[in-house]
Amino acid sequence: MANKSTALATFTCGLILAALCGTAGAQSARDHIYIVGSSTVYPFSTVVAERFGRGSDFKTPKVESTGTGGGLKLFCDGVGVDYPDIANASRAIKASELASCAANGVDDVIEVKIGYDGIVLANSQRAPSMALSRLEIFLALAKQIPGEGVHELVDNPHRLWSDINPALPATRIEVLGPPPTSGTRDAFVELAMEGGCSAIAWIKELKNTDEARYRSICHSIREDGAYVEAGENDNLIVQKLDANLSAMGIFGFSFLDQNAELVRGAAVDGIVPSFDAIADGSYPVARPLYFYVKKTHVDVIPGLRGFLREFSSERAWGDDGYLSERGLIPMPAEERALVAATVRDLVPMDVASN
Amino acid sequence: MLWGCAWCASIESSMSEVTRGKVSAGLARRRRKERLFRLCGMLATTVGIVFLVVFFADLIGKGSSAFRQTFLRLEISFDTAVIAPQGSIDLQYADFDLLARNALRDLFPDVSGRNPLRELNRLLSVGAGYQLRDMLQQDPGLLGSVQSVWLPASSSVDMLRKGNIDASIDAALRPISDAQLAWVAALQRDGRLELRWNRAFFSNGDSREPELAGIRGALMGSFYMLLVTLALALPIGVAAAIYLEEFAPRNRWSDLIEVNINNLAAVPSIVFGLLGLAVFINWATLPRSAPLVGGLVLALLTLPVIIIASRAAIKSVPPSIRDAALGLGASRMQVVFHHVMPLSLPGMLTGAIIGMSRALGESAPLLMIGMVAFIVDVPGGFSDPATALPVQIYLWADSPERAFAERTSAAIMVLLGFLMLMNLAAVVLRKRMEQKW
Repeated sequence: MANKSTALATFTCGLILAALCGTAGAQSARDHIYIVGSSTVYPFSTVVAERFGRGSDFKTPKVESTGTGGGLKLFCDGVGVDYPDIANASRAIKASELASCAANGVDDVIEVKIGYDGIVLANSQRAPSMALSRLEIFLALAKQIPGEGVHELVDNPHRLWSDINPALPATRIEVLGPPPTSGTRDAFVELAMEGGCSAIAWIKELKNTDEARYRSICHSIREDGAYVEAGENDNLIVQKLDANLSAMGIFGFSFLDQNAELVRGAAVDGIVPSFDAIADGSYPVARPLYFYVKKTHVDVIPGLRGFLREFSSERAWGDDGYLSERGLIPMPAEERALVAATVRDLVPMDVASN
Repeated sequence: MLWGCAWCASIESSMSEVTRGKVSAGLARRRRKERLFRLCGMLATTVGIVFLVVFFADLIGKGSSAFRQTFLRLEISFDTAVIAPQGSIDLQYADFDLLARNALRDLFPDVSGRNPLRELNRLLSVGAGYQLRDMLQQDPGLLGSVQSVWLPASSSVDMLRKGNIDASIDAALRPISDAQLAWVAALQRDGRLELRWNRAFFSNGDSREPELAGIRGALMGSFYMLLVTLALALPIGVAAAIYLEEFAPRNRWSDLIEVNINNLAAVPSIVFGLLGLAVFINWATLPRSAPLVGGLVLALLTLPVIIIASRAAIKSVPPSIRDAALGLGASRMQVVFHHVMPLSLPGMLTGAIIGMSRALGESAPLLMIGMVAFIVDVPGGFSDPATALPVQIYLWADSPERAFAERTSAAIMVLLGFLMLMNLAAVVLRKRMEQKW
């Protein structure tokens, strides 16, 4: 028995050592592309990755959904096979992030804009359709809004939509949306809330005089139950809207696109969210999507150049491309050509200008 | 004395009368309480069972349809002019999609124009071409022949066939057009459209096309991970338990260790993930997303469970057995390996299996070490990028495509099946190997 156990222990240790050695060998030459970043870009990035993997001799790239900020942090940690080749982002990279990239030796980042995504405020198809302005969205969801006095702020008193504007239905304000960690929430706050907030003259003034206060007024969402944090799972929000006719939800356009028979997007500033309205820029709550790639990794990581070519091809991001079927709003043709040329010639971002 | 006794007896009889009266008065109340308590217990059990039944009914109702998948039967002509224009075939670049599209177009010859043709092609899955490529790769003799092949339909056709798309609503709102509805009806009339066993669900890795997505990659990832976990946690856990129970001196230090082990068993799993990220990935530079690292993290997670269960099993071995062996001149190690270990093995294995089933269901620590990722290729080893079953469920639940909803439920069914098997194995082991003293 004792001998058997010793043998077993030796075998186990050997197995683990062998596994570790095998791993070290595999890691020194990574044979797959490694992508991290935004959960909004994830559905598009994965489709391209899969098509690229199936249609070529290379392995299918690995795509991790870490969020934009987390992804760029991993991306900027260094150069080499241990670090991601590509970071997806639902906003442009910040100057501070570029600086931390450069500090870690990542100084040849290529920025690739891939298209646009709209954020919609939607309710059930069985409920009456809504039309809101960005100011009304701000008045419905902000934590504090301007009161009677001069430059006075009061806690948001609005209970019903009709409290804001008598033309709106007399239903309770109940909006299901993503939590603060989400990129969709960031973009919604920046585009819809801030857009409405800066329609108030004295708050707009604040932007030049007291920017911190301006941000805290425009970016704070109420916490008294009218805005319900429904988690990052947009499918869940869609299901809840279908069950609760008086509620509205905030999510990405691709979910509206896939669930058009269940939910309907509210018109914002008179524009109904649609493919065309986002593409031509008239729908106000839309944002560009990007990915960032390290130039030094191209031709070192097998297939990276091919993956870039696949992503920037017309059959992927073109007007009739397979990404548009997934809800990505394409850029205009000239802009696509311009970005595709950047990708082809591997033109890195100018760090000094940022 | 005599009268006293009579008085005493009368008192006694009257006392017992009083007591009996009190008791019988209270009896009804006690019985009522007893009944109420039993009722509460029964109610609690019923509520639990009802929740379980609702959960399973919902899961099976939603998920069972994923095990069947809509296929289209097409007469595919492996036309040399299409796939081997230069005479020899290049499997990588030959246009196998065109073969399927041509066959579909032959069925509806009056469809013309770019957009109607595109709509017609969308009845077929993107995977149709890959399936034809694989067929030809396996049997090159098919080149030039005509075969009747069942090809996967697109997920919107599948959803329509399974009744998840309401065909009566406005065409603009549903993901399938009027023309496509008519084609699907015609195909069904001809017996060319059928629900068949969904083999891809068990043989494929992840995919963004619901009809091609499978759980094989996640299953293999979970398998490799649990192998590492078992290989590490079982020997270390058992060795630690034996040392602590049989050899370690009882003092302040061993008390401290005991408290710490019990504490570790209650630490939230995400903490182990953070530890794994810091130690295994950042310090030891093991690869992200690898089952090896996942297994290491899960081993840390299951170690306390195994140690606690093993110690309990060792404690339950009667000291008389140890004394007898020692009395016959066995060494301490011989006592442990010849007597204590064989007797406590069922308990140890039960602990290990319960620890493993906990590890199988974990997803939070895997988030930190990069196993929540889109990985198509089925992992073939300990260092290949991989996901795990619970992670796959999470990823699918978050996908916008409707057809992923049923796959999410189906994957949960598979996970529950494995958990049930493991827990059943623990029960059977205990029943069969249990010793009675």
